[in-house]
Amino acid sequence: MTSSTPAKWGLRSLALGYLGLLLLAPVAMIFYKTFEHGLGPPIEAMTSPDALHAIWLTLLMVAVAVPLNTVFGVGCALLLVRHKWKGNALIDGIINLPFAISPIVVGLSLFLLYGNDGWFGPTLSEWGIQVLFSTPGMILASVFVSLPFVVRETVPVLQEIGTEQEQAASTLGANVWQTFWRVTLPAIRWGVAYGIVLTTARVLGEFGAVTIVSGSISGETETLPLFVAKAFEQFNEEAAYAGAIVLALLALTTLLLMSVGGRKAKAQGGPIPITGDTAISTSNTKEGS
Amino acid sequence: MDAHPASVPPVSAAPRAGIRLPGLGVGLGRGMVVLYLSLMVMLPLAAVLDESLSGGVGAFWDSVTGAQSMAALKLTVICSLIVVAINAVFGTIIAWVLVRDEFPGKGAVNALIDLPFALPTIVAGLTLLTLYGADSPFGLDIAFTRVAIVVALCFITLPFVTRAVQPLLMEMDQQMEEAATSLGAGGFTVFRRIIFPNLLPGIIAGVMLAFARALGEYGSLILISGNIPFDTEVSSVFIRSQIESGNVAGASAVSVVLLAIALALLIGVSFFARMGDRGREPGILSRTVNRVIARSQIGGGP
Repeated sequence: MTSSTPAKWGLRSLALGYLGLLLLAPVAMIFYKTFEHGLGPPIEAMTSPDALHAIWLTLLMVAVAVPLNTVFGVGCALLLVRHKWKGNALIDGIINLPFAISPIVVGLSLFLLYGNDGWFGPTLSEWGIQVLFSTPGMILASVFVSLPFVVRETVPVLQEIGTEQEQAASTLGANVWQTFWRVTLPAIRWGVAYGIVLTTARVLGEFGAVTIVSGSISGETETLPLFVAKAFEQFNEEAAYAGAIVLALLALTTLLLMSVGGRKAKAQGGPIPITGDTAISTSNTKEGS
Repeated sequence: MDAHPASVPPVSAAPRAGIRLPGLGVGLGRGMVVLYLSLMVMLPLAAVLDESLSGGVGAFWDSVTGAQSMAALKLTVICSLIVVAINAVFGTIIAWVLVRDEFPGKGAVNALIDLPFALPTIVAGLTLLTLYGADSPFGLDIAFTRVAIVVALCFITLPFVTRAVQPLLMEMDQQMEEAATSLGAGGFTVFRRIIFPNLLPGIIAGVMLAFARALGEYGSLILISGNIPFDTEVSSVFIRSQIESGNVAGASAVSVVLLAIALALLIGVSFFARMGDRGREPGILSRTVNRVIARSQIGGGP
């Protein structure tokens, strides 16, 4: 449409104004609030024992949930794409379930399984295993909410690459294991990497589900998002903002990795993750940035 | 869960379909997948369903239709409807500007659109409270009001419509618009008769996804909404308060309702996308919907 100049400027300022007020201003504000009195206070707030423990615990969630869901995701994607089965549609639907569920409901569901009156809670506590209000419960919540990403990102790439190279490899005598490591995995690596980035970001930021299962005990079962919420509620604004900045920087890093990953996959001529950043990278190239 | 075989003997004959596991491996792999999904996802959800019906169907219904629960549900649905209406308009405008307009910094703006998806929800709530709370530099104090709920949900669901419309807009043949213009159609007529009908499936898909997300939103609302029963308490916050006051069955009943609506929307949107893909580049809408769904989950659930 050859829109007239006033219309063009009108739409442009409307779009950018909306984004500015809703997106940019709040984020700029939190950076300003955090560093209002220099670097000292936020660094001090982030090196308190409770904050350090929250960071450590958050990283622990990532260290357990991400590898678990990555191995599951790649394996499950291979089965879904390469082995036709009646049950595949059902598995596919179940994998989508965590997308449809409020994090509060995830928390509630784990509470019902592992609480004192839960299905497994009493038995497990007889064995001396405490799931709720401790690390295992929080890991279960993290695994639940971040389960779909690697599968969802790997399936389309697997479909895209086809099977010719794998066939060639096995004709030349490679076994299944060698074919996977030398042919399949290199071909799908950007899709998997993309899924891992999304999984990590999700686990880092999870709040609703973890808040129910953790009990939010400072210095014990508090991840960084819980730390932020609690600090704010206790009027410790400096700590809340500092924690929020750490999480916001991680989110910005995620965005960066997402667009760099998308472009890199393109540049290498490898399979572009279909679920990946095609929209962004196309318009970026158009603009020449 | 490890479906690729760690200790499978070499396959002697060339398989016809790429990596294939021997029969036993496939069975084992499937077993692991089903076991993992059951333990991690299905069992917890079964527990919610079971708990919601623990007092019978009557008790389930009473929990859902109780005054406080109904007020929360109504508030959640009405706010979500307002939010998706705002999103439909601004999301489409933003998509238009990002695809058809050229201005310095467009790439950065485009990348920033996903920020609400990537930002942990608690951080989103905190930032909005800082800007539009008691210490607002604009003097706009909307904290603990219904307006705050709408603003927070607008923030959280901002990318849905934009990201669902963008690919359709890039895909669109501009010759149609040029032909219409050369035949004397004005800018608004071209929009109404040509552009809008082409973008509508994307707008609808984006709206459905945004609605599903808004219904279950928790993290970004907990600080800014004030959580006042019968006033600013949304359903997810209601569920939380019921868990804390020991009414787990009631919490489960409302959870099941939220779950059912979100699930219906998710199934509906993928069905709708497949319908919309007819007569178009194969799969563009479905692919877009899948991408938006996956992206939307980073910061914190629907």
